[in-house]
Amino acid sequence: MELTTIWFILIAVLWVGYFCLEGFDYGVGMLLPVLGRDETEGEAPHTGETRKRQMLSAIGPFWDGNEVWLLTAGGAIFAAFPHWYATLFSGFYLPLLLILVGLILRGVGLEYRGKVDSPAWRARMDAMVVVGSFVPALLWGVAFTNIVLGVPIDADMEYVGGFWNLLGPVALLGGLTTLTLFLTHGALFVALKTDGRLRHDARALALRLGAASAVLAVLWLGILHVRTGTTASWLVAGVAAAGLVGGLLAAARGREGWAFTGTFVAIALATTSLFLALFPDVMPSSLDPAWSLTAENASSSQKTLGIMTVVALVFTPVMLLYTAWSYWAFRKRVSGHHIPTGVHHAAVVDGGERAGADR
Amino acid sequence: MDALDLARWQFGITTVYHYFFVPITIGLSLLVAVMQTQWMRTRNPQWLRLTKFYGKLFTINFALGLVTGIVQEFQFGMNWSDYSRFVGDIFGAPLAIEALLAFFLESTFLGLWIFGWGRIPEKLHAAAIWLVHIGTLLSAYFILAANSFMQNPVGYRLNPETGRAELTDFLAVLTNPVQLVTFPHVIAAAYMTGGGFVLAFAMWHLWRGATPGTDKPMYRKAAKLGAVTVLVASLGVIVSGDLQGKVMTEVQPMKMAAAEALYEDVPEGEGAPFSIVTIGTLDGSEEVWALTVPKLLSYLATGTLDGAVEGIDHIQDRYELTYAGSELTAVEDYRPVIPVTYWTFRLMMGLGFAAMAIAAAVLWVLRGRGSETDEQRLGHRMWGWAGLLVLLLPLLANTFGWMFTEMGRQPWLVMGLMTTQTGVSPGTTAAEVLTSMTVFTLLYGVLAVVEVGLLLRYGRAGAEQVPEDASYDPRTRDDDDAFVFTY
Repeated sequence: MELTTIWFILIAVLWVGYFCLEGFDYGVGMLLPVLGRDETEGEAPHTGETRKRQMLSAIGPFWDGNEVWLLTAGGAIFAAFPHWYATLFSGFYLPLLLILVGLILRGVGLEYRGKVDSPAWRARMDAMVVVGSFVPALLWGVAFTNIVLGVPIDADMEYVGGFWNLLGPVALLGGLTTLTLFLTHGALFVALKTDGRLRHDARALALRLGAASAVLAVLWLGILHVRTGTTASWLVAGVAAAGLVGGLLAAARGREGWAFTGTFVAIALATTSLFLALFPDVMPSSLDPAWSLTAENASSSQKTLGIMTVVALVFTPVMLLYTAWSYWAFRKRVSGHHIPTGVHHAAVVDGGERAGADR
Repeated sequence: MDALDLARWQFGITTVYHYFFVPITIGLSLLVAVMQTQWMRTRNPQWLRLTKFYGKLFTINFALGLVTGIVQEFQFGMNWSDYSRFVGDIFGAPLAIEALLAFFLESTFLGLWIFGWGRIPEKLHAAAIWLVHIGTLLSAYFILAANSFMQNPVGYRLNPETGRAELTDFLAVLTNPVQLVTFPHVIAAAYMTGGGFVLAFAMWHLWRGATPGTDKPMYRKAAKLGAVTVLVASLGVIVSGDLQGKVMTEVQPMKMAAAEALYEDVPEGEGAPFSIVTIGTLDGSEEVWALTVPKLLSYLATGTLDGAVEGIDHIQDRYELTYAGSELTAVEDYRPVIPVTYWTFRLMMGLGFAAMAIAAAVLWVLRGRGSETDEQRLGHRMWGWAGLLVLLLPLLANTFGWMFTEMGRQPWLVMGLMTTQTGVSPGTTAAEVLTSMTVFTLLYGVLAVVEVGLLLRYGRAGAEQVPEDASYDPRTRDDDDAFVFTY
């Protein structure tokens, strides 16, 4: 196999990893205000705040590592296909800026939310997490639709389409699809990783979100593959849809593990089908097929690709091992009683009041 | 301003800002790991309390280092796409390897460390923070290898067919002579910063009247650890910096000449002096008064007291002849902004020496066994200021050092291969770059206020007391207890 093909596949794998993993924590982030409501029935009902902290603690150890899949995908595109990296990142300038701002808000919101014991503070941080999860969940769908369908790229490999050109109807449909898929995936993650009423509420919500995402996904993938698909991409997209439906059926029967596996597979295969439809291009030009960026003409030298292949083959398994171990270490469901009743930084609040004692 | 100027400003702003968090992350991860290891060795609860105290401050700092780091990786493609095309074959590899080897390690094991208190076996938990530290070192190595290529391109050839630089020897890129002296310099400076950070918060509590007297011995331990780290690390900074000067003179003579604003050649045997400060025109072309150390510049540049040092004017003439032929390398002026290189070089060194002096003074005051009088001495108002300075000085010294390194490289993006003006994204408009620069600057400004507020809040609150029911000790915790840490 050509090294360029191997790297096309590896980059596809990195995006698959990013969407499957960070997809659920984007979903959880967006669902904070929806699932984090006070419980009204049952004995010892949990407050919305406890439920939010259950959700956040469920993704707490993982989200940062999940985001590294994106950084690695970006770095790998830079290393293996510098022209792809240059055209994509300079061309999709404003969407990427929005995604970056989203990721900053979200990261800060997640890390700083518990650092100050005040409802106003938490509300602000929650809003940052919600917005910061929403923006990338929507815009990656938009971006990938554009990549697969082709955008105006001139003979010098420069994107010449402007910002609004990226927001066509199919692209927006793609954005809504990734958005709802990640919401479903996130709801199922909450159902899988928490306990109590929250778990049941999340499962019920996942079914409704899942139905919407299934309709959108079939429509979106259908349009994409009619326009640029191959037999293989159709086949994989079909299995993706089946995985989603299977996952939702499992959710309806209370099998959270299978349900989450279903959305995981659906997102993985839907992403794979996009890359299958794309190959051998990496960024087709809508102006002239001769101007398209391909795995050949956008790539690094054989030397660089060879070195990178060795590095990837040696270190990716190591990374997968410890990542898997961290998921294993935090395999327990997060229950309401795991959430400390006192705020863990109560001392700090006293500290604030003691400020006057300073000389 | 055009897109080029704006892209340069954005890179400067976002990189200087990002680099406030980086050295603290590198240095503090080491010291927190040391504290936790001390707790496991001695079972002295003071070390556990310090681990948690500085661990919290570490996570506050890490959060911003993380989110601002993502911008750095995307920025090359967004604002510097022609640069990315030209060097991607060489420059992309260390970035990708950094993500695969370092970022996964840091983020996964930091997650395990933060959420793993009492939930994973104690030794694994301590190993996690060590692995975070190793991750920071790996990250530094690969990103500095990429930067060193820009200072001194090695292991490449220019491919006339593709018109870009292509890799010929990856090992040469990873063992670039610039890299081999820069990595120790940067890491030692980061340890100095981490030590200063630990020392500063410990001094705050030794100085503060409101901190319980029973806690003072604990902060004394932290202060000593921090001060010793600053001193040892600063020796490393000096030695590696000295070596750097020699390498720089060889591969970037203009930068060395610009560090001293030396316009005319100093021939062999004369010995070029080094000025500590100069009063005169800003660019040093005319001086009214200067405090100089004879022959020091010759020593810094060549390692001998009377070695020849080439001046700016001569190098400018030489470069005009060498580089005028190609569009990628031709510019009128091969001189960096001299006032910037001259003063950042001095500020870097001066602030570093000042931090070293404070650390030495604290160690002197805290020498011997602890007694009331020592802490009373640190209670003087002067020490409050000294504590603040020992945190800020190494940070600012790092900043000035990088400003010198990067602005001293100008007008080159890659020394001798590509000028900065040819690397900018050709299709990106000034309005786009202005938008992103404004957004990042405002956002970063707000986040700085939030971050400093949190550091002060947590710093002032100090280390948590040990509760009586022993639930504090991670070894006694049950798997089903409430988590020690949650969001």
